[in-house]
Amino acid sequence: MHIPDGFLATPVWATLDVAAAPALAYTVRRAQRGFDEARIPLLGVMGAFVFAAQMINFPVGIGTTGHLVGGALLAFTLGPAAAGVVMAAIVAIQALVFQDGGILALGPNIINMAILGVLAGYLPFHLWGAGKWRRMAIFAGGVVSVLVSAICALAELLVSGVRMPAAVLGISLVLFVVSALLEGAITLAVVTALETIQPGFIRKPAAARSLALGAVSVVAVLLAAVGVLFASTAPDGIERLGQQTGIAAHARALLSTPLGNYQAAFLQSPWLSKAAAGLAGLALIYTACLIIGRLVARRGSA
Amino acid sequence: MTQPLIEVHNLRFRYEDGTAALNGVDFRLEAGETVALLGANGSGKTTFVMHLNGLLKGEGSIRVCGMPMEKPNIQAIRGKVGLVFQDSESQLFMPTVLEDVCFGLLNRGLGPEEAAERARAALDTVGMAAAASRAPYHLSAGEKKRVAIAGILAMEPEILVLDEPTTFLDPPGQRALGDLLARLPQAKILVTHDIAFAQAICGRAVFFQNGTIAGEGPVEDIVIHFGWSFALERSKSGI
Amino acid sequence: MHHVVLERWSRGSSAIHRRDPRAKIAPLLMFLIVLATAHSSLPALAAALFLLLCAALVWARLPLAGAVIRAGIILPFTLVFAAICWLGGDPARGLSLLLKSYLSALAVLLVVSTTPLPVLLRGLEMTGVPRFLLMVAQFLYRYLFVISEEAQHMRIAAASRGGSRSRLRFRAAAGALAVLFARSYGRAEEIHRAMLARGFTGHFRTLGALRFRGTDAGFAVIASLAPALVRVAVERFV
Repeated sequence: MHIPDGFLATPVWATLDVAAAPALAYTVRRAQRGFDEARIPLLGVMGAFVFAAQMINFPVGIGTTGHLVGGALLAFTLGPAAAGVVMAAIVAIQALVFQDGGILALGPNIINMAILGVLAGYLPFHLWGAGKWRRMAIFAGGVVSVLVSAICALAELLVSGVRMPAAVLGISLVLFVVSALLEGAITLAVVTALETIQPGFIRKPAAARSLALGAVSVVAVLLAAVGVLFASTAPDGIERLGQQTGIAAHARALLSTPLGNYQAAFLQSPWLSKAAAGLAGLALIYTACLIIGRLVARRGSA
Repeated sequence: MTQPLIEVHNLRFRYEDGTAALNGVDFRLEAGETVALLGANGSGKTTFVMHLNGLLKGEGSIRVCGMPMEKPNIQAIRGKVGLVFQDSESQLFMPTVLEDVCFGLLNRGLGPEEAAERARAALDTVGMAAAASRAPYHLSAGEKKRVAIAGILAMEPEILVLDEPTTFLDPPGQRALGDLLARLPQAKILVTHDIAFAQAICGRAVFFQNGTIAGEGPVEDIVIHFGWSFALERSKSGI
Repeated sequence: MHHVVLERWSRGSSAIHRRDPRAKIAPLLMFLIVLATAHSSLPALAAALFLLLCAALVWARLPLAGAVIRAGIILPFTLVFAAICWLGGDPARGLSLLLKSYLSALAVLLVVSTTPLPVLLRGLEMTGVPRFLLMVAQFLYRYLFVISEEAQHMRIAAASRGGSRSRLRFRAAAGALAVLFARSYGRAEEIHRAMLARGFTGHFRTLGALRFRGTDAGFAVIASLAPALVRVAVERFV
């Protein structure tokens, strides 16, 4: 989802623009691998592919069609850093040429789709892409990449004060889940078709060893700790965590909670509240992957 | 007797999956010649020409303008052998015509002004000087082909290699291309299926079959010898 | 098509077209920030800024009605959100969303319609955006329409093959995408070979730096001050 200009509160877009710059610079450095510019045409052309791919319609059965978003597919074929650069270029071209997404909102949109979405999509593949759960990992990657991007965008809008009635919020989340599942299905179908054309297109992640799981678990625990720390420093931190996990059930509570009153507090510490939302969400996802990974590893070795 | 521009001895090449593409090719190109490479699809013509500027590396010996095909010589050889690819869309990859024609010159180390000047001269030679600031995407197939040739001419090669140049061109475009090529002094190698085109501008032809050159001679003789005479009849009756 | 039209407009000739891209990027950011941070007298400010943009469009010799309508490309999306805000009991925010997003889009359209995209990317490079990223965007733009056309052909071919069962069509669509992927990848390899054939040694060289002149500086200053002055005036007198 591309957020236009004028939707986000100034502290939100300003801090995310500032946060996006080093994150993007790092992603570019990783993708560039030294100073060789020979990869530029490949990344550019595959970006054009993703654009064009949005024209191909996938029937969803109830008379509607969906299309590929592409972050996970790019990560599985080009690697996460290159995929991040390509998605960032796509977001930029969409904003400039098609006025789809704002310019001041480039920071948030790039963070949502090119950085967090791609990383989240790649994680399941990195963990389980080498074993017999490969197809599940690819499907999960597609699902998670779209889900993370959409949730981050929604969080940014909510923190900016866009008030949504519970019903609308519920419908939005349902739509997010549906499009995430669709992305998973499309990504898996395309990867399967690609492997019959040329198996070399899809990367081979390192076999999931406990070392990798250990590293990820450390990172996940750190993130969870940081997230909880931030969340607890902001008022109603637990309330916000509840907002992220039990949205449908707590919808009524959401309406009755005077979110408006808390806007002043949020605006005073926008970075904290946004960080809390983002990090808490990310930590939850990483932790979920970790737990499932542990279960899988136990099954695999049994 | 002057040294041949290109000398190839027993060139062999296999693709990664093992299919043999070239099974011992011997070839010579003299200055001022225009040679047609004929043969069925998959007979090795395009694979062969990609060895002439070092894009592919096989076994056997290749000498270009006296230089053996070895790593230290490859950049210089690429300056001598100008390869015009079949699909101009992939060859004109810069945002504007002028930037694209300047590409090779800038790589060689020329300054921007000098590169632009030489690029405009090359565009003039092919009749596309007015298109300098246009985007390649909007040009017609014939115009793209001419700009691609200008990009090669700007590097002042001694040999022009064109891979299926008439593929996307309509008859007037083919005619214009033939006229242009006839005007250019460089030695030329033409990979083509277009017999009429080959007949019009090529002094001799070689016929590729199963990765080797199975015959050599005037275009018409070769075509008849290898059973492609129906193509000849079509070209004679103007189809 | 939208991008074709914008590209045509970007090759026009007017005082604004001739300015260095950096002299247009800075005022654009200023305009967007002035608009984004405004909270009071929004309808009046929106009207005043709209007139300012229209004046710039006329000065740029762009079709006024055409540009104003084209910026409306985002309206369907923002109308949905405006409705959501209205349903949520905050119609003022809904209006703010509509006005701000439309005017922002119109401002971006003005800059993109007076600056060819490769030149704009070059200007961004000179203000510090990573060159690698911008060149990827440049190549993306160059081959965007080429590959879209290929996708279009595949779509028509797939449609004409028909098939009524969703599951089969799903698989067929995935197959089509995989073929498009492979073709695009192959094209990237062709481009790489074409680059090598013309002496590419690992680094793209440019035709030269853009020159920032006095007129560019003057334009940048005036164009950056204009929206700020408009806002001050509106907030004072309205």
